[in-house]
Amino acid sequence: MKKILVAATMALSLGASGLAIAEPLKIGMITTLSGGGAGLGVDTRDGFMLAIKQSGNKDITVVTEDDAQKPELAVQIADKMIQSDNVDLLTGIVWSNLLMAVVPGAVAQDKFYVSTNAAPAALAGAGCNKLYFNAAYQNDNLHEAVGEYANKSYKKMFILAPNYPAGKDSLTGFKRYYKGELAGEVYTKVGQTDYAAEIAQMRASGADGIFVFLPGGMGISFMKQFAQSGVKIPVMGPGFSFSQDVLPAIGDAALGAKASGQWAPDFDTDVSRKFVTDFKAEYNRLPSIYALQAYDAGQLIASAAAKADVKDAEAFRAELLKADIKSPRGKFKFNTNQHPIQDIYLTEVVKKDGVLTNKTVEKIFADHGDAYAKDCKI
Amino acid sequence: MTISLALEQLLNGIQLGVMLFLMSAGLTLIFGVMGLINLAHGSLYMVGAFACAAVAALTGSFWLGLVASLACAAAAGAIVELLVIRRLYDRDHLDQVLATFALILIFSEGTRWLFGSFPLYLDIPPLLQGAVALPGDATYPVYRLAIIAVGALVALGLYLLIGKTRLGMRIRAGESDREMIGALGVDIRTLYTLVFALGSALAGLAGAIVGPLQSVQVGMGEPVLILAFVVIVIGGIGSIKGALIGALLVGITDTLGRLLLPQLLTLFMDPSQAGMIGGAAASMLIYVVMAVILSVKPRGLFPPAHA
Repeated sequence: MKKILVAATMALSLGASGLAIAEPLKIGMITTLSGGGAGLGVDTRDGFMLAIKQSGNKDITVVTEDDAQKPELAVQIADKMIQSDNVDLLTGIVWSNLLMAVVPGAVAQDKFYVSTNAAPAALAGAGCNKLYFNAAYQNDNLHEAVGEYANKSYKKMFILAPNYPAGKDSLTGFKRYYKGELAGEVYTKVGQTDYAAEIAQMRASGADGIFVFLPGGMGISFMKQFAQSGVKIPVMGPGFSFSQDVLPAIGDAALGAKASGQWAPDFDTDVSRKFVTDFKAEYNRLPSIYALQAYDAGQLIASAAAKADVKDAEAFRAELLKADIKSPRGKFKFNTNQHPIQDIYLTEVVKKDGVLTNKTVEKIFADHGDAYAKDCKI
Repeated sequence: MTISLALEQLLNGIQLGVMLFLMSAGLTLIFGVMGLINLAHGSLYMVGAFACAAVAALTGSFWLGLVASLACAAAAGAIVELLVIRRLYDRDHLDQVLATFALILIFSEGTRWLFGSFPLYLDIPPLLQGAVALPGDATYPVYRLAIIAVGALVALGLYLLIGKTRLGMRIRAGESDREMIGALGVDIRTLYTLVFALGSALAGLAGAIVGPLQSVQVGMGEPVLILAFVVIVIGGIGSIKGALIGALLVGITDTLGRLLLPQLLTLFMDPSQAGMIGGAAASMLIYVVMAVILSVKPRGLFPPAHA
């Protein structure tokens, strides 16, 4: 009897190992699931999990933890995931200041990091790394696009962003392409909720256009207060200022706002339509730009995992670099610094069937890379 | 800088101050009467905002939402007092901080569980939409003026309540000598619950009236709570008058600092750097003011006489 059992167990275990075609891949997702930034993290997680689910790859496991938008907590979680959960790859961080705290340590311990959103300049230029990929953009990109767009019809822009790495990247990016005069340049506190003082300055400055980069709750507060202030200057910003996660809370105050994005929910391609339909079917809401970026990061990781073993870092990296995915945004390839080269569009907030959403207006940049790639030596 | 911009910014400062007063009045009242440090005060602010947004979305009326926010925050405050806070009066401040911090987590996750992670929508009632003209070519939103009016009314109401009514007399007596008024036959337990519910309702009111200006989301109370603590420390812990003066001081300092510091720095450096450094310095300004005031008056501007 005992012999039969042993034989059966051995047969089973052999059978099991024979079945495993792809090597197991353990992903650690650190994202913001509590506090004011939770909407962004929830969309990141949901978009990512949709891609993993659709890949059908049962050998991919994902452990998710909440960083509460705190850098010190993100570092602790990353250490725990690397040292005791033995993850092969980290992803999911929304905020650039958290990313800067986690990525250098993670890649130093030979773990891959695929960013779903944050893309600080420091990691795109001289500080780039073979193990660090960004599936979203480089922080400056969407702001550069608005700067380019503003050249068309605005002569005197007032620009505003929060005082943290991505905020500085934002205004730097905007100014890189904007040729007109600046009516004002203001940095606000991260998490600031009252913008009355800044709005009064905007009015007094005589600006003919306003550029704001205020992700999450900050943007909601700003747009509502701006609409009530009676100031009638056109507002524009990067896609996240008017993304699907904040539009319902801003309400009609957002109508007409121009933004830039590498994708909008109305993209008229089969891949994009399928993504929106699948996301809606799974979570019963429209996907935001964060969901899209995480979806592509998920697809990217799954595509590499299907062909290479993550333990063989060179092979896995080569597969990631191919960017062999069908992205809802269309064309997508990696630059030498492992950040995307992609088209960037102008979008406008409209109401469609009673729901506020972004409509694509025109293409601003084709095959746009970033300004830092030339400093990256890998 | 023009006169109209200065006037507008002054109004903005007063409006921020008034909002902080609503928060800090409850906080300082609860500390003054019961000696309790209530970190969960920001959660009651959030409860008020969510109650207002939910009821306004359901009924289409901001005013019903406002009533609901007062009722919900007061009820939440009373329940929390009966279940948790009551056991903390005799403990030291560390225990109170720990327990009320736990309440923050419970309130936040509870709200997320009920309403989800995405911010709610709350708009200004039609009556208060639009803007009025200021001298010069500036305009000012009617709603912000209404907030200032509400704050002034609440300050007056509190003054009358504390100064002229029997309940107010008991509250003042409770502040000066807790044991004695208990010994004199005043039902101190009910008084505590009432005061806690009153403070909570004020926080809820602040949350509800700020809701249309800001994002109604989980965790919205904590940044305000920090400012409210600064206010009551500046004003003298336990003093309503101190809370009013402190709140206006903080509101005006913060608003004008954000405007003036970057402009001042442009005299020495290029605008981009001035914006960055001035912005950072402005966000520290109220703490500098607090430090200066405390170095001159270590117990705040209006320390209660008894303590």
